[in-house]
Amino acid sequence: MRYAMAVDTKKCVGCSDCVVACQTENNVPIGFCRDWVVEITDGTYPKLEIEIRSERCNHCDNSPCVRCCPTGASHYAEGGVVLVAPNKCIGCGACIASCPYGARYPHPDGYVDKCTFCLNNRVEKGLNPACVSVCPTKCMYFGDLYDPNSPVSKVLKTRKFKTLIPEAGTKPQLYFLI
Amino acid sequence: MKTRRDFIKISTLGLGATAIASGTAGVLFGSPIFGNKNGTGESGPLLRRTPTYCEICFWQCAGWVYKDETGAIKKITGNEGDQHCNGRFCPRGTGGIGQYFDEDRLKTPLIRTKVDGKETFREASWDEALDLIAKKMKEIAGKDGPESVAMFTHGSGGAHFSQMLKAFGSASIAAPSFAQCRGPREVGFLTTFGDIIYSPERVDIRDTRCMVLIGSHLGENMHNGQVQEMSDAIDKGATIITVDPRFSTAASKSKYWLPIKPATDLALLLSWINVLIENSWYDKEYVERHTQGFDQLKEHVKTFTPEWAYGITAIDPNIIRETAREMHDASPSVIVNPGRHVTWYGDDTQRMRAVAILTALLGSWGRRGGYYKPEKLHLPIFPVPAFPMPKKTPELAYEGKYKFANEVVANGLCDATLPNFDGSLKIKAWIVNGTNLLAALPNQANTLKAIESLELLVVVDTMPVELTGYADVVLPECTYLERYDMLRNSGHRKPNLALRMPAAEPKYNTKPASWIAKELAGKLGLFDWFPWKNMEELLDWQLKQLGSSLDEMKRVGVKNYPREADDLYFKPDEEVTFNTSSGKIELYSTDMVNEGFSPLPEYTPHEEPPEGYYRLNYGRAPMHTFSRTANNPNLTALMNENVLWVNPKVAKLWGLKAGQRVKLKNQDEATSTFSIKVRITERIRWDSVYMVHGFGHNNKKLTRAHGRGINDTELITRVNIDPVMGGTGMRGNFVTFITDFKEEGKEAEA
Repeated sequence: MRYAMAVDTKKCVGCSDCVVACQTENNVPIGFCRDWVVEITDGTYPKLEIEIRSERCNHCDNSPCVRCCPTGASHYAEGGVVLVAPNKCIGCGACIASCPYGARYPHPDGYVDKCTFCLNNRVEKGLNPACVSVCPTKCMYFGDLYDPNSPVSKVLKTRKFKTLIPEAGTKPQLYFLI
Repeated sequence: MKTRRDFIKISTLGLGATAIASGTAGVLFGSPIFGNKNGTGESGPLLRRTPTYCEICFWQCAGWVYKDETGAIKKITGNEGDQHCNGRFCPRGTGGIGQYFDEDRLKTPLIRTKVDGKETFREASWDEALDLIAKKMKEIAGKDGPESVAMFTHGSGGAHFSQMLKAFGSASIAAPSFAQCRGPREVGFLTTFGDIIYSPERVDIRDTRCMVLIGSHLGENMHNGQVQEMSDAIDKGATIITVDPRFSTAASKSKYWLPIKPATDLALLLSWINVLIENSWYDKEYVERHTQGFDQLKEHVKTFTPEWAYGITAIDPNIIRETAREMHDASPSVIVNPGRHVTWYGDDTQRMRAVAILTALLGSWGRRGGYYKPEKLHLPIFPVPAFPMPKKTPELAYEGKYKFANEVVANGLCDATLPNFDGSLKIKAWIVNGTNLLAALPNQANTLKAIESLELLVVVDTMPVELTGYADVVLPECTYLERYDMLRNSGHRKPNLALRMPAAEPKYNTKPASWIAKELAGKLGLFDWFPWKNMEELLDWQLKQLGSSLDEMKRVGVKNYPREADDLYFKPDEEVTFNTSSGKIELYSTDMVNEGFSPLPEYTPHEEPPEGYYRLNYGRAPMHTFSRTANNPNLTALMNENVLWVNPKVAKLWGLKAGQRVKLKNQDEATSTFSIKVRITERIRWDSVYMVHGFGHNNKKLTRAHGRGINDTELITRVNIDPVMGGTGMRGNFVTFITDFKEEGKEAEA
């Protein structure tokens, strides 16, 4: 099993509902976030383009954060999802520094926190991650890459996509449909 | 002599009633959920959920409020059976819990008083506050008639207070959602098709093949169902054409973006009509069968060629033709979207008439992928005595004007409050619920002048919005998560009902609008109009007339009913009678001409910015609603101030740097209280600047919103009134930058 997510930049309007839904679902303290929206404008008036992306942890196959964690708090869980075990985390911040995507933040309770793909609280119960199920534009697809019928596999078969900073060699599992 | 009405920050001297914190863990509202029975698949033995419909904006999506093991509200999600949201809330709805948790909320009734010559508020009991209001209302009614007590409302509280006020003998009840927002659209379509657009709009976006957005920035204005359907339409390959001087989010999703010169939309619309007719790209059969006035229209638009429009709009004539062709090719599954906030230049009804005419030529009214026929339930009314006939109807506040206003004109009531007003219906008291008029009405200075001459101002709100500072009595309403309200009865593809019930007890010493209105009615001797014991009894009675019950609605939240007879669209060969004077779609409006207005839309040039000034445009952000969410902790975390969009060429001319703060001054020397951060972006034309509406709050008690950004209504001093229906055109204001300033407003009070 290999969980992955695809975000359709052609449909995302950058409303940030994914951010709020994650916050209330996962009790993310206000002022921090596990996911966020990036908007990039290109061109000059009136020849313009915008790309809008809902971003989060890339749950990389080759995660620098897991490699550099001195206590083993950062680890691969079911389906390749990268998780942090708060009880093992000493809050040293090495993972924060190592992540090329800036996906992690120091939780005020003393550990490092990040996107979990809602693995334990939703995905294991057969639900989509909170961000995917709330999105008004239905621009996010989630599922098992090894299952050809999962929404994410299906959409990656039919659409052009890219990943972020592939040159970092982290093998990210967050895909952006372009 | 009246004393000057000083602005009072909501704080207190007295310590009358103490705020009572409630919401104790012992009381669990809602039913426990076992297994995975609900549509959203949420599970867990201890999660409890109660139905609600959202109050953060007018879309009123139905959803579920979830609580954790301790009974604390945890999250809100959409109800899958709801046609407004299809199980998905927008960011504001998801963040709605922030309104409940906001520690800056109004907490107890307040009464204006004088201590040592200084005006202040003192805390009061509900009894005392309502007694005072009742006494003043009776006094004013005795002197000037009950009609001189007016109400302004936006949201669910309105129904309760309207009941009270109508029983009192006043119909002077207005919502800014008409003359400050969608009014011209409703009147434009009413005079053409004999019917209005309604809310949610009857646009069939999910099945459209082409949608035209004119200044409407869907995606930034988060009209949930419409944004969802637009996304579906994109998936299905629909063509989107966006007309906007700003490269909006919607523009970035569009096949065509027409970067129009501001204030010239009507010229483009007329030219599209010209192209459709000249090329015979209109739906001939539909036009012949359903419309009248085609020949006059054809004659009228003869000279409005794309080349003519090019000189006005700066849109390439070939693009005008190409986009007209796209509409024709998609016809009748094409939507020229009427938008929502359309009070721009004062000729807005005529512009919306042009949109309606275009719609008729394309044959898309009553057709799949165009406009459907919504259906709404007839909700039985709990038996009460007939309301007394008001001796003066609200139209007397603006006698002889705004003939086509099919709702009460809020600015008309405001102007009828001004000291020099000498019309038939002079307004003496305001009850204001759920709308911060200082941000909702343009020309803040004018609103303040009206407020100053009031004999009574009652503000009912959840938050200490600016207006509360000018009130005689402030009544703290509990949030939508803590109360019952009337059933949401909306027109949609299927008629439907939604229930709002409390997920928790009201926090602090706050009360539901239903309770406040009923108590006040009691003190006015109007109990006969509130014969129900409580909201449960009222709602259960209503629901039982419709074959449901309060119990059932508590379980399902939303109930969709089958349509009665109608199809969603006209049937082929159907002879349709339209509710217009001629019974036809009026391309040429006889009603308009009878009232002295142009029967066909005409383009008139609007004023342009003077040298060194830029047109002030404003709009929405997806995570905020008007000014009412500006202090919401969850939503300010996403956006806590507005920024000023400035084209790089303009920035260079003024030496502005990205992130620099500026103040703004308009053509009438009105200056913003606070400053705003400059965002230098190619996404805006060089002749205008843009900001999101709803920021620049000036009450320190709004700790997250105070002094953050600029309140655009301070700078909208020139209002171009639409003579047809009283709409307040707000986009004829021009601003310039002040780069050298002190942030006075912020240091005003310790």
